[in-house]
Amino acid sequence: MEFLTQIINGLSTGGMYALVAIGYTMVYGIAKMINFAHGEIIMVGAYLAYVMTSIVKVPIIVSVLVAIAGCALLGVVTEKVAYKPLRNSGSLAVLITAIGVSYLLQNLFLILFGSAARTFPQFMPSGTVSLFGAHITYVALLSLVLTFICTGLLLLFINKTKLGKAMRAVSEDRGAAELMGINVNTTISLTFAIGSGLGAIAGIIYGMSYSLINPYLGAMLGIKAFIAAVLGGIGSIQGAMVGGLIIGVAEAFTISYISSAFSDAVVFGILIFILLVKPAGLFGQNMREKV
Amino acid sequence: MLKVDHLNVYYGVIHAIKNVSFEVNQGEIVALIGANGAGKTSIMHAVSGLVKPKSGIISFMGEDITKLHAHKIIARKLAQVPEGRRIFAQLTVQDNLEMGAYLRTDNKINEDLEKVYQRFPRLKERRNQLAGTLSGGEQQMLAMGRALMSKPTLLLLDEPSMGLSPILVNEIFDIIKSINKDGVTVLLVEQNANKALSIADRAYVLETGNVIVSGKAADVANDSKVREAYLG
Repeated sequence: MEFLTQIINGLSTGGMYALVAIGYTMVYGIAKMINFAHGEIIMVGAYLAYVMTSIVKVPIIVSVLVAIAGCALLGVVTEKVAYKPLRNSGSLAVLITAIGVSYLLQNLFLILFGSAARTFPQFMPSGTVSLFGAHITYVALLSLVLTFICTGLLLLFINKTKLGKAMRAVSEDRGAAELMGINVNTTISLTFAIGSGLGAIAGIIYGMSYSLINPYLGAMLGIKAFIAAVLGGIGSIQGAMVGGLIIGVAEAFTISYISSAFSDAVVFGILIFILLVKPAGLFGQNMREKV
Repeated sequence: MLKVDHLNVYYGVIHAIKNVSFEVNQGEIVALIGANGAGKTSIMHAVSGLVKPKSGIISFMGEDITKLHAHKIIARKLAQVPEGRRIFAQLTVQDNLEMGAYLRTDNKINEDLEKVYQRFPRLKERRNQLAGTLSGGEQQMLAMGRALMSKPTLLLLDEPSMGLSPILVNEIFDIIKSINKDGVTVLLVEQNANKALSIADRAYVLETGNVIVSGKAADVANDSKVREAYLG
């Protein structure tokens, strides 16, 4: 059952992309900016988990929590220091700043840990389970389950809680939300915290799946997840999830049936295709420009 | 209750509001009337904290609120129904109303929700519908209901009649009167000067950022300059 195995492998890589894509899409929805430093947050998450487990030697659950909290904090601080002062300036200034933050983090970790890959600690036993004849690694299964749990909880939060509704209100009309008494700065911080926290989980899944981490890991992962967010319709959480899974499966199929050399080409091909055919993405709404 | 003193608002180099002073006393309906671009909405935004004035003092219940953020001003029970309604189109009607009560922590929220539904029965029928699917008049009612959910003592209404049919305009103005009767002070901004003056106690007439006439609504309505410019 090669075919089914590939689908499930694709879905599990896709789940990781989805978790990262949700970060892009949420930040875009609320702060109306593309946080190109998001990929580096994922890298920081992977390194935090590595440092806590392999160097500080705390229990796995503690290092996971430290990685999530650390990334959430890093996301909030990045927004306050780098993006907030630019809130009323053009989107190009914010974009360039985000790329700057991305290089800053990448190079900071190059100085701290060197460019050589580090071995990510083993968080769970290696091995496979058989499902309808397909062999799935524990890590792939965990990745898939975590993606669904995180997305489900997030959708519940956004749609059912007062704070989540307030976030949607801010995303729709910041001024009107302020008139309701919603603190826009707090809402933006919360968005960065949630997106970056999910990023940390994706970083840990990356480490568990590939068992080697280096300071560049966030770059390609970030771009692919960004494509997933665009594919799903940037601003839509369901879209980010579906987009991530599609990218993951497309990649897995290309690797196993064509050639691993083409996998990136296929992913970027999807981006070009969606931008030509349906620029708003699968779940996106056509935004009316306010004049 | 609300006192605006020598307010000046700039957008870049454009001097939108020039030394405007006015006040609103408890229990009144006060109308600000003027043509497009006279500065009515800028004044509303300055009072609510959405734009920061260059100079001047805005005080509410004796407290200087000029430099407060918008979300701190609504906490002082000064609510605004903004121009163009600005309801949250992707949220349901009920969620919109819930957002109006965002800062409230008391246990009377459901009671007030029922009161809003009594005032606007059509909103109750559509409580689970997305707000963006409502008609213009219903959206205006939702915007007003949303503001009432914060239990305001002063309600700012920016062009509530804009884009509505004459029958709906009458309905909205009746509702404004009844809200005022229930003890909410109202500051009303309108281009529909006739309508606004018919329910207001006092009025100020704005022209290119200046107050040119002010006084009792009936006197303003009889002012020859105002009649010529706005009432025809």
